[in-house]
Amino acid sequence: MSDLRLILSGLGRKPLRTGLLVFAIFIAFLIYGVLAAFQSSLENAAGPSSSNRLVVANRINFTQPLPLAYVSRIQNVEGVADVSYSNWFGGYYQEPRNFLLTFAIEPESYTRIYDEYVMPDDQRQAFITNRDSIMVGRAVADQYGWEVGQQIPLSSNVWRRRDGTSVWPVVIRAIYEGKDANTSTGSVFVHFEYLDEGRAFGNDTVGIIQIVTADASENDAVAARVDAQFANSRAETETLSEQAFNAAFIDQQGNIGLIILGVTGAAFVTILLIVGNAMAGAIRERTGEIAVMKTLGFTSVRIGRIVIGETLLLALIGGAIGLALASGLTNMLSGVPELNQFFGGMRVTPQIALSAVGFMAALGFTTGAVPAFNAMRVNVITAFRRI
Amino acid sequence: MSDRDLIVLQHIAKTYRRGDETISIFTDLNLSIPSGDFVAMMGPSGSGKTTLLNLLGGLDRPTSGSIIFDGAPIEKLSENQLSAWRAANIGFIFQFYNLMPTMSAARNVELPLLLTPLNAAERKRRVKTALEVVGLDNRAGHKPKELSGGQQQRVAIARAIVADPKLILADEPTGDLDRNTAVEILEMLQLLNRELGKTIVMVTHDPAAAKYARRELHLDKGTFEERLT
Repeated sequence: MSDLRLILSGLGRKPLRTGLLVFAIFIAFLIYGVLAAFQSSLENAAGPSSSNRLVVANRINFTQPLPLAYVSRIQNVEGVADVSYSNWFGGYYQEPRNFLLTFAIEPESYTRIYDEYVMPDDQRQAFITNRDSIMVGRAVADQYGWEVGQQIPLSSNVWRRRDGTSVWPVVIRAIYEGKDANTSTGSVFVHFEYLDEGRAFGNDTVGIIQIVTADASENDAVAARVDAQFANSRAETETLSEQAFNAAFIDQQGNIGLIILGVTGAAFVTILLIVGNAMAGAIRERTGEIAVMKTLGFTSVRIGRIVIGETLLLALIGGAIGLALASGLTNMLSGVPELNQFFGGMRVTPQIALSAVGFMAALGFTTGAVPAFNAMRVNVITAFRRI
Repeated sequence: MSDRDLIVLQHIAKTYRRGDETISIFTDLNLSIPSGDFVAMMGPSGSGKTTLLNLLGGLDRPTSGSIIFDGAPIEKLSENQLSAWRAANIGFIFQFYNLMPTMSAARNVELPLLLTPLNAAERKRRVKTALEVVGLDNRAGHKPKELSGGQQQRVAIARAIVADPKLILADEPTGDLDRNTAVEILEMLQLLNRELGKTIVMVTHDPAAAKYARRELHLDKGTFEERLT
């Protein structure tokens, strides 16, 4: 406690400098918080992930189709507990700018496997039973004011019907919620069969096949067995963990992770230089005070600890404010109906907060290391000669 | 060496390296300071007064010889041991006060107590007492820049006595003060010596200031000449 008072006293020496340093750190963590939440929302939008779920896609690219017949063959692969499949629909409502993240799915197995999508049983049954059903996420339903039982004209910018039109009339039979706050409710789902029977081309093919393995520790072995089964066929497969597949899906948009790393990295390096340089200057100014403290009996280690404490406290204060504002900002953005569909899961999660605290600690220690070392090296006799 | 001696310097030599040159300050310095003494150390510039004060305060080490404090040698103590020794035994008063500018008078006085296991309430009590001794208990919340030079030096004296050290080392304590204020400070040091029995070693250039001590030691060319005041 006594050291905390000395730390506060050191920071209070030049309030303007301390304020500017806190502001610089605040900006860095605001950027980090918003970008990390953005990345997290993209991952959520790409779909939920589970440790024992695998995704089978065409080895060339996941945009290339797989034969529907693969589904029954995969069901018989050793270690496979459950199977479902889905296809990209490319949906929009009324106008192309009202884009909907739409997938055509096998409804019964898909809603069984993806228990992250929570809805009343009667709605689930109604969705499974009726081929012209659409299952809508809460974020989308709220955005357009949709309700169960409402018929909507769903259009596709990919699939044309056999009659030449692109409109697929569907009835909302279920509105799902996310199992937790991180589950995006920005997608909609239609029946695969409804799509496959009605589309003018690409029949009897699916986009991807989802597998649930009997045991997550068997994932690699199951993936190898599936891919071996279709080796040298006209559509070779690549089986990935759901997490890896989602990451690849996001990477279509560009390497978001790398962009975030680059931006936050640049911000952190800049802050590191600013804070480190300012603290080194502050310690030089306080050489006399440090010499007095040493004379009174403060050890070099304790003085070093106080200096590190100052930079740590700076990083924690600036970082906490930045993260708090990032949290408020992302909550506000995810509350905007037009953005909710894509950024419904955009929030500063406990994991992001935890990693940010780690970065704050690292920033505090790194920026404090050299000034602390300099403070520890202050020679009392030399310092007093200069005063 | 008698039982009453608080400090005994035995055959102290001190040399410095300046480039290729070796500068000798002392070659064979011997001195005893009994407990309760008030010594004024005088001498021309470069005679080694401050060096001697640094040796007495454990801020510097002799090239050879021994410094015995309260019966135990200190020259072989490690840096950390010397820090703890200083915190427990020595009070320092500087020419330019050297108070922490961001701290109040009370917080400045409390600094040495942060090195002790005393709790906050006990620290507060001692700080109050020390400030009362120097007559500044009504300025406890003031920062150094809100105090006059004499008041700042009195805060520095309170800081020097608050941990009840056995020895107070004062380096030109009146060097930055006007005559009247200097007299106040010197009378205060005299009071600490006579009423509270504090052992004080004061370096000064001012013969008038030296008169407040019990004895004067004139340091020149590495040896002492003693005069009783």
